[in-house]
Amino acid sequence: MRTDFPRDQWYVAAYGGEVSRRLLARKICGEAIVFYRTSSGEPVALADRCVHRQYRLSASALDGDLLVCGYHGFTYDSEGTCVQVPGQRRVPRTARVKKYPVVEQDSFIWVWIGDDDAADPKDIPRAPWLASNEWTTVCGMEPLAARYGLLVDNLLDLSHETYLHGGYIGTPEVAQTPITTEVDEEHGIVFVSRHMEDVACPTFYAKSTGIEGRIDRWQDIEYRPPCLYLLHSRVAPVGVQPGADGDDSGAFHVEVVYAITPETETSTHDFWAVARDFARDDESVSAFLAENNRTVVLQDVTALNLLETVIATEPPGYQELSINIDTGGLAARRMLAAQIAAGDTTRAPATATV
Amino acid sequence: MAARISRAQLQGATVTYRVDWVLGTDLLHGQCRCGAERESEDPIELWQWLTGHPVGHDEREAPRRADPRSLVGVRAD
Ligand SMILES: [Fe+2]
Ligand SMILES: [Zn+2]
Repeated sequence: MRTDFPRDQWYVAAYGGEVSRRLLARKICGEAIVFYRTSSGEPVALADRCVHRQYRLSASALDGDLLVCGYHGFTYDSEGTCVQVPGQRRVPRTARVKKYPVVEQDSFIWVWIGDDDAADPKDIPRAPWLASNEWTTVCGMEPLAARYGLLVDNLLDLSHETYLHGGYIGTPEVAQTPITTEVDEEHGIVFVSRHMEDVACPTFYAKSTGIEGRIDRWQDIEYRPPCLYLLHSRVAPVGVQPGADGDDSGAFHVEVVYAITPETETSTHDFWAVARDFARDDESVSAFLAENNRTVVLQDVTALNLLETVIATEPPGYQELSINIDTGGLAARRMLAAQIAAGDTTRAPATATV
Repeated sequence: MAARISRAQLQGATVTYRVDWVLGTDLLHGQCRCGAERESEDPIELWQWLTGHPVGHDEREAPRRADPRSLVGVRAD
């Protein structure tokens, strides 16, 4: 398995709430970056390494909107330009650190990893529920000591719920329902849909939605490689369908959002959020969803950390076996391989299989 | 409660390839945007066939003529 990541892509670097007037250090796709906000609230991302003696700028201090290196006092503005050096009047022309394009959107701070000229904020996929007044969201982030591709595989195949998450989100139907996988090459999306009809209503949904009796439960995955993964989860009384115009007010929705951001070749930032459009002011529902989803994420983290140690020590060329449940994951891998080839200007672009 | 279904497909996404797991069987049914269909029990083989479009997607004439291997001298038979 290739462990490279796609370049010339937007990645979620942090929640907006993590970036403040205090310096935040975070590695994204192997690049050490320091994040902060200017006094007017604009998020800034600069290379986390002073040009002078490579000190971590994240271990430095802000003076207004200026970042003053904690080692010798090299001072940078929010464009990354060095405006002052110690003991002399002349600032060397090459004294600047890389400034990364950043966009704050849908409660995330997105950062562009790649060639700045290609950065277009319009390309950032949306997760509008997370910052919407009409939804209630709980969220978190867990460090994963495994390559991001393993998390992609994991999230694209929900049949693992029955085994890894039995008793939490897994129900027997999940492993026994047919799955449709669709690929939209033009827009770069993998869909994996599973519509369970006329199944028992889990106690949690019965309590929080007030549904009595059996339900239709839809799980529509929408993965926009490389970073954003959406699970549109829909629960409705049996037979209640969305209207032809998209109106779906007879159903209850949970939008599960993951941002899968490589930290290094073998570690990943696992951002997760759960938004709902029902029982919105019920704190006990928020507490349940937060606790439940964090537990599920940590079960995956434990399993994938273990898997990483297996993969890291296996001989090259080891074959794995793929079966029907892997159809979506294979589609995602193909799209990622194409993105890696497209963003890789130092290697011949012939490695993609798509 | 949010009134609309949120799936991007309703917002103009287009399907290039589709694979259905046929109910009650171990079969996968693949469909290319060109209309070509194929059944398979192996998802890897099925994706290779789908993404290989147009090779082998028109049973009557396409396979050999479109196969790039034939252009570099590999015998198709
Ligand atoms: Fe999981
Ligand atoms: Zn075709």
